[in-house]
Amino acid sequence: MLSRVADRIFWMSRQMERAENAARILGVTSNLVLFGTDDVQEQNLLAPLSITGTEELYKERHDKLDLPALIDFMALDEKNPSSIYSCLKWARENAHAVRWLLTSEMWETLNATWLEVRAIPRSRVTGSGATEFFDWVKERSHLFRGVTYGTIVRGEAFNFSRLGTFLERADNTARILDVKYHILLSSVEDVGGALDYYQWAALLRSVSSFETYRQLYRDQIFPIKVAQLLILERRMPRSLAACFDQVKEALDRIRGQRDESAKRLAYELHARLSYVDIEEVFQGGLHEYLTAVLEDIGELGGRIQRAYLGAV
Amino acid sequence: MERGPYDEMRAADGAVRAHFRPLADWLAETPAERVAEKRREADLLFHRVGITFAVYGDAHGANEGAERLIPFDTIPRVIPKTEWDELAKGLLQRVKAINRFLHDIYHGQEILKAGVVPAEQVFANEAYQVSMLGLELPNRVYSHVAGIDLVRHKDGKYYVLEDNLRTPSGVSYMLENRKMMMRLFPELFARQRVHPVEHYPNLLLETLRAAAPPAARDPVVAVLTPGQHNSAYFEHAFLAQQMGVELVEGSDLFVKDGFLHMRTTSGPQRVDVIYRRIDDAFLDPLVFRQDSLLGVPGLLSVYRAGNVALANAIGTGVADDKSTYPYVPEMIRFYLHEEPILENVPTWQCKRAADLEYVLDKISELVVKEVQGSGGYGMLIGPAAKKSEIESFRSRIKANPANYIAQPTLSLSTCPTFVESGIAPRHVDLRPYVLSGKEVKLVPGGLTRVALREGSLVVNSSQGGGTKDTWVVD
Repeated sequence: MLSRVADRIFWMSRQMERAENAARILGVTSNLVLFGTDDVQEQNLLAPLSITGTEELYKERHDKLDLPALIDFMALDEKNPSSIYSCLKWARENAHAVRWLLTSEMWETLNATWLEVRAIPRSRVTGSGATEFFDWVKERSHLFRGVTYGTIVRGEAFNFSRLGTFLERADNTARILDVKYHILLSSVEDVGGALDYYQWAALLRSVSSFETYRQLYRDQIFPIKVAQLLILERRMPRSLAACFDQVKEALDRIRGQRDESAKRLAYELHARLSYVDIEEVFQGGLHEYLTAVLEDIGELGGRIQRAYLGAV
Repeated sequence: MERGPYDEMRAADGAVRAHFRPLADWLAETPAERVAEKRREADLLFHRVGITFAVYGDAHGANEGAERLIPFDTIPRVIPKTEWDELAKGLLQRVKAINRFLHDIYHGQEILKAGVVPAEQVFANEAYQVSMLGLELPNRVYSHVAGIDLVRHKDGKYYVLEDNLRTPSGVSYMLENRKMMMRLFPELFARQRVHPVEHYPNLLLETLRAAAPPAARDPVVAVLTPGQHNSAYFEHAFLAQQMGVELVEGSDLFVKDGFLHMRTTSGPQRVDVIYRRIDDAFLDPLVFRQDSLLGVPGLLSVYRAGNVALANAIGTGVADDKSTYPYVPEMIRFYLHEEPILENVPTWQCKRAADLEYVLDKISELVVKEVQGSGGYGMLIGPAAKKSEIESFRSRIKANPANYIAQPTLSLSTCPTFVESGIAPRHVDLRPYVLSGKEVKLVPGGLTRVALREGSLVVNSSQGGGTKDTWVVD
């Protein structure tokens, strides 16, 4: 497959997954804001910006930080390259460039999503319609992934789409888990209290795994178990281990030239995530662990780019 | 009373011509609502499939990503097989002679020595490429894909209006229009045997592979596009997909060790044949326009070494220049020793003093064209033009006579077409596509373009023209 084409497909899938995860992060933030006391409010609102690395840009665009402004910035702001709006736009743009290699259902899904998001009134998303909007974004992402899985030929286009989807999801799961770290900074005294419970529960819900947690662990919500679920529980499809199962599977099928360094790092990460000792992670600090994982994921993205997708 | 334009469906006495009768009967029997509903369905389908004509404004403007449909008319243009066979013979003859001409001007130049075509007509032509001198091409083919524009005058005869020998477009509409008609009106195809055109992509692939360097055992073909912002991008993608070959942009290609390669996820892959849909000037920044980002540095050296084929070849523009066009009948006589089957439109060349005088005198009755113009731009239709337009053209012709030719205003034939008020005659032309590989071939049909505005003679899609399916019937 042409490198340029693979690049488009890889990014098309990443952007769509990124839009979904932005919706998830905003969803959990909206929830946390409801329960938070005034002093943690600011931390709650800052967390999405710090995990997407857009604090600076936000300050340029807004004077004060409140939920409607945050949602406006992260959901609809076309000047924010990682807003849901921008992601949907670029997913569609990438698809447009390789339309002849996609199935018509894939193209139509992305095109219709883009046309719809353009028509959604701002006030509805930043107001009472926020949850509905986040659900819609998640649905469109589910639809796109399902349509892709269900219609595309098993070949390089499929492989690079899967690779993009799961690399992005791994990145986002790590970031969402890290949200809790950002919030904890200012509410250490509350560990184990009601607020703490709601925060962990909201976090689990944001990755659709509140029920999964109950089902698998039949236990109260303990931070260490939440981390275990999101990092190494491969039965949970948004966990890092599950994502890297898919990344590895996709890379196994991709035949490249001089792609050893990309594959080596991916397989290393896969092994590390498979045999991680969660107690050790907590002793060393969850945030430090996640930061290291995120760095490796970033590095892997760069190596994939160089090995298959041409220079950026 | 002066005779009106030739009506493709009805004879002078109003009777429906035999080859149009099944269609006319069907139109009379079918309720208007059903036809209207089908027309809406066609619009919807074309939009969904994305057979659009991109109109890209500035990158951030309101028009960003705007795509316009080329209007599709659901009443086909019907041509009887016997008439088509004669046309086809004429087209094959014409394209053979043109390819002989192109080979000749880059080799022995016999036709110039014989004085049949003036030497300056070739050497002073911008499109003449010195780099093609002496280069041997497989099968001696230069214009592998030629689109020949035909019109039918009120005398009922077909005339060649122009030859498109560089990168003729529109064939995807021929194919998609047929697919759409079969989907919308299957019953029509049961009434009449319509000769198929669907094998065009197969013939095209065969033609391109025949152009490959002889050393390439299993030639790899790719379609080279300027990119998704080009107005014909849909067609480039469509043809690549139909042939099952890669659609590449200049940045996907590079030259290494004397061969052309494409960058793939599994490393470099050699390419033997490029079906290029970009102009000569943009092919290789080392040789042609240095600011071109669309081409491939070093491509020409690979081409000259015979390690890659380009379809169409470089420098074919000499032969489709409007000032070369008047010589094509002579080329047929010179190379093939045959009489031309298809006629040219009589053409005055303003570079000749006598012709210039005539053109300036009769300008309000003539069509004046720039010799390098295309797409309906740079052209004056005398009878339809305002006085001020005529005067401005007159001074432009005087300033640079060699840049203009003139032809009588042809009365293009009409074909029934859906318009707002119902069905009405509209002017049409016809572009069949001729493929030259080991043999010269064409599919029975072509692209019929229709001027949708009443009385208009301009069929170009960039100027509000539409398209129709073209049927060759037994």
